[in-house]
Amino acid sequence: AFFWLLSLLAASLLWFVSVRLSGREDAALLPLGAAAAVLLQELCRFACFKLLKKADEGLATLSEDGRSPISLRQMAYVSGLSFGIISGVFSVINILADSAGPGTVGIHGDSPYYFITSAFLTMALVLLHTFWGIIFFDACERRRAVGLGLVVGGHLLASGLTFLNPWYEASLGPIFILTLCTGLWAFSTAGGSFHNVLKCLSCK
Amino acid sequence: MITFMNNSDSEEEPCNERTSLMSAESPPVPSYQDGLQASEAGEAQAHRKRRAGSSRGPNNITGGEMSGSGIPVRESALENEEEELTLKYGAKHVIMLFVPVTLCMIVVVATIKSVRFYTEKNGQLIYTPFSEDTPSVGQRLLNSVLNTIIMISVIIVMTVFLVLLYKYRCYKFIHGWLILSSLMLLFLFTYIYLGEVLKTYNVAMDYPTLFIVIWNFGAVGMICIHWKGPLQLQQAYLIMISALMALVFIKYLPEWSAWVILGAISIYDLMAVLCPKGPLRMLVETAQERNEPIFPALIYSSAMMWTVGMAKPDTAARGPSQQTWDAAEDGREHLQSPSHAESQMSETRSPVPTRSVTSLEELEEEERGVKLGLGDFIFYSVLVGKAAATASGDWNTTLACFVAILIGLCLTLLLLAVFKKALPALPISITFGLIFYFSTDNLVRPFMDTLASHQLYI
Repeated sequence: AFFWLLSLLAASLLWFVSVRLSGREDAALLPLGAAAAVLLQELCRFACFKLLKKADEGLATLSEDGRSPISLRQMAYVSGLSFGIISGVFSVINILADSAGPGTVGIHGDSPYYFITSAFLTMALVLLHTFWGIIFFDACERRRAVGLGLVVGGHLLASGLTFLNPWYEASLGPIFILTLCTGLWAFSTAGGSFHNVLKCLSCK
Repeated sequence: MITFMNNSDSEEEPCNERTSLMSAESPPVPSYQDGLQASEAGEAQAHRKRRAGSSRGPNNITGGEMSGSGIPVRESALENEEEELTLKYGAKHVIMLFVPVTLCMIVVVATIKSVRFYTEKNGQLIYTPFSEDTPSVGQRLLNSVLNTIIMISVIIVMTVFLVLLYKYRCYKFIHGWLILSSLMLLFLFTYIYLGEVLKTYNVAMDYPTLFIVIWNFGAVGMICIHWKGPLQLQQAYLIMISALMALVFIKYLPEWSAWVILGAISIYDLMAVLCPKGPLRMLVETAQERNEPIFPALIYSSAMMWTVGMAKPDTAARGPSQQTWDAAEDGREHLQSPSHAESQMSETRSPVPTRSVTSLEELEEEERGVKLGLGDFIFYSVLVGKAAATASGDWNTTLACFVAILIGLCLTLLLLAVFKKALPALPISITFGLIFYFSTDNLVRPFMDTLASHQLYI
């Protein structure tokens, strides 16, 4: 979470400076700001990976049997989840606070489904961050650039799709499909498979 | 360090608590013994409590010393395991400290957001006489700096006073002082708080019921904090006291002064704990010379030691009452932070019986805990509460400060595990918190607001 906040800080700084420089035209710079934010987030995810890897090695050397008590997979999951949580919370908590107060949604001509779509989008984003965390760490561990590139590309795609709001069919639908695919990919990366699911369901 | 002066008169007397985050590892056998002997002086404990302010130093130093002397004695084979245990326990301690800090902050933020009383400006403390309603920015800045200087000098004076009292063994005075201050906190501030909460939710309450409730609350609190009580209850009372104190600070400190004071307090904490001539450090050293535990009163401790089972093989000198206190003193990692914790918990735990023999099994039985000064709780909560109160109603800032403070606490605990001596808990957390507050409020907020208004996600 801390790393995500750092990335957000850097991205905001960038955006702020660029807004000031370009003279008050902030609507046009939003894509740039968003893209910068995405790239910085991925950068911070990488920094997080490096730090956790070091901690993992440290724990492994300290433990009795040479293996650390927390596997890298678990760390990947936790880090992805925390990224997702803090990102989701930051995106949605002001909306939640406002929704508790008086008002009418969409009174100025905006979509009346603002709150519910925000909720769904946030949920998708949290899940996506978790999946990306797992895939990212695994790709870094095995040094495969394909995974890295796809994670970054997926993030950019998801963020870009939200630019299509309030055309919700175009943004919500693809984002959920993306979430599902990424989820399946993360599941297979983490070692799961159809057999595992069957075994789990039959309570063996 | 912030020293809390508890006076029975006006509620506007600030209670400064010096919080020292003391980390004392549960020392290996030899140091364990020292620790035990140190905790023997029951009276000293009472006196120590008074010194809450200085408790930081002594506590930290004691802890550090104990662990320091213990480590070399151990064999290298055990040392590695000890280190590993340290880290494992270290992680557990981090969680054990996260929960109370989080609870305190939640209480403060919830109150700030719902009860309007604490965000209205109704005057200032006498310790911050300069008003901030001046027209020019420069004047306002100057006033806040002057306020800070006055506040910090008050704290320094109180701390030095406490150290002197401790040095010259005026234990009764300190004891009475601490009791008066906790009385005021438990009764007066609770009364005001309850009154405001009831006003906000428009709940009718008659005076007899209120009297009975507050009387029970206060009496149980006094007993728990100054004498014996269940651990959870003591912790709960300490958290509540810290939250009340933080709310008072948030209400009565003008805005810019509050931020400057927070910064200055962390610098002061750093100096008071680490400099050789710092008052806290002197306090710790004096306490160590006399083999007395340092103010358990103003410290939040997260675990107790159970040594009842080991009492039998030992000589008659050891008694069951030894358990809690010893555990508190020895088995804990103390983080020193400059604040007087009103936790007279450990002190009230038990008189420390003389323990002549310590066995390894005993060490394994004990549950190590971490000690954090109450002042630390208070200032963390002040930071988060101020962020909640003055950040244009934005929750992001509050959250960012919260995460920053927790990460700072983590780092401090890590340093504690590395250095194994009393450390100030305020500087890192407050620095992170301040950085995140100002940057989130000014930089991130417009960005996120614009994104949210177009329903864009990053």
